[in-house]
Amino acid sequence: MSVLARAVTLLVAFLAVVGGIFFVVVHILLAEPPTVDFTAGHVTGQPVNMTIMADPVNDVSNHPDWVSYFVRSPRTGKWVHTTIWQLPAHTRINVTAYQFDTCDPLRNQFNGRVSGTVGNVMSVSGEADGVNGKGISVVNSDTTCGVAHTFSVPELGINVPLGGETYTGKNECTQGPCAISTAHTTTTFSFITPAPGDYRWQCFIPCGLASVDGNGHAMSTIGFMTGYLDVVS
Amino acid sequence: MAAAQQAAGPPAGPAEPNHGLRVLLIWLPLALAADLVIWFVWGPHLPPGDMSSSAANQQFDIRVMSVMAAPVMLAVLVYSGYSMVTWRTRDGDEEDGPPIEGNTKVQFSWIAVTSVIVLALFVFGTVELVSTNGAGAGEGPSPIWKPGGRPLVVQVIAQQWLFTYRYPQYGGFETTDLVLPVGQDVQFNVTSLDVIHSFWAYQLGVKADANPQVNNVAYTTTEHTGGVTVRCAELCGLWHGAMFDYGQVVSVAAFQSWAHATETRMAKITRTLPRYALVYYPNEIAGLAKFYYEAGLPGAGGGFYGNQYYPNEP
Repeated sequence: MSVLARAVTLLVAFLAVVGGIFFVVVHILLAEPPTVDFTAGHVTGQPVNMTIMADPVNDVSNHPDWVSYFVRSPRTGKWVHTTIWQLPAHTRINVTAYQFDTCDPLRNQFNGRVSGTVGNVMSVSGEADGVNGKGISVVNSDTTCGVAHTFSVPELGINVPLGGETYTGKNECTQGPCAISTAHTTTTFSFITPAPGDYRWQCFIPCGLASVDGNGHAMSTIGFMTGYLDVVS
Repeated sequence: MAAAQQAAGPPAGPAEPNHGLRVLLIWLPLALAADLVIWFVWGPHLPPGDMSSSAANQQFDIRVMSVMAAPVMLAVLVYSGYSMVTWRTRDGDEEDGPPIEGNTKVQFSWIAVTSVIVLALFVFGTVELVSTNGAGAGEGPSPIWKPGGRPLVVQVIAQQWLFTYRYPQYGGFETTDLVLPVGQDVQFNVTSLDVIHSFWAYQLGVKADANPQVNNVAYTTTEHTGGVTVRCAELCGLWHGAMFDYGQVVSVAAFQSWAHATETRMAKITRTLPRYALVYYPNEIAGLAKFYYEAGLPGAGGGFYGNQYYPNEP
């Protein structure tokens, strides 16, 4: 083999290795789900309405049997499979959470409390709205099918147990994003965003029984059951 | 002529100076200065501070060990520097160095001095561990060294990725806030609900592993008011780096006020908590979920996880 041929072969092999490393770094190690922006067009002082859903299945990822969140894009109105949400700082966020999953006991019933929301309460469809309509502040997941997942931002003290859907075997969601016509609960609450920064959020229930000895799978993957609030000024 | 010179040996050069004395005279003032700086200037600022008895003792221990280590380190550096200057190869000198032969006095001195240092540190470390009730480290479920009296018991419950604190002497309420009174013996009962974590209250000098189904006990006595940074010190998954919070050591009156207010505020959630226990078994709850599963009543996950993610065998 001539010197030129050997040099070209070496160069091609080198570029192939570099290209492979670049692909792994960019497309696997640095890959993260898209960010849904709630700041575009936001008027200072006005609240932001955010609609999310927790689905037992999804048809948009390579893990269709993992529990995950979708968020409705304020720009297109379509459901986006992501857990990174960009929010304006010092703003009231009104959240509507559709929950299509069935219930499970919390590992720590302490996470059955509602905290960090406006009034430290939430409202759940189809149930008495707390004492004297003041909202629900505690859910006992050990005695009722009250919790399927939690929306928790530990750094901000936010913890909202999302109501579990009572399993009947009928009209269950089998495709994600779930159709609103399938069985679900609706939880509403509001919170005030803090100063700009990234605040991680997660679920405190061992989703799907896959994590009874530690959080794995959906619980440890951004884009499924954990993510962060990207609060900007 | 040559034969006569060979018989008389090499010509006598200038007398060798006393290198040992020279090294000693250079080393001694440096070691003394270093020790004084370490003890009086640097020492009071060494981590983890003096907010608690265990922190203050750890600071004292680090001061003592630094004061002992600095002269040893300086001896090595001074001897190395002196050697490089004094016995360096000079231009035109192509002779081999003199053969090295054993020096019993040096060898014996080295073994004796290092043995004394190591044994002294062993005794010192043991005394410091015993006299400080475990030096702020976890002693396991049956601690050997305990403070007298009746300590304030705070249960630390670790979970991916959050610490919560339970106060059994105040109705067993649970909270995300670590608040302690000053001048008080504190007993931390540390446990976990899932994987291994480590409760590290930096300014208190307390660090104890949080193991599932194990009660790991650590003691300290708060001595000053101020803020405490709590971090997980055991790699525990995706948000390990974000598993931190901030506690406070406050006056006794402020603590009593906070504790009673929190007990009242948390009464509703406290009623739903399991009875206070040294350890908890959340997988028993998962066992209930397993029953759901077998009965065709899937838990969260909608039944789409299948048998490969069976409860207790994730």
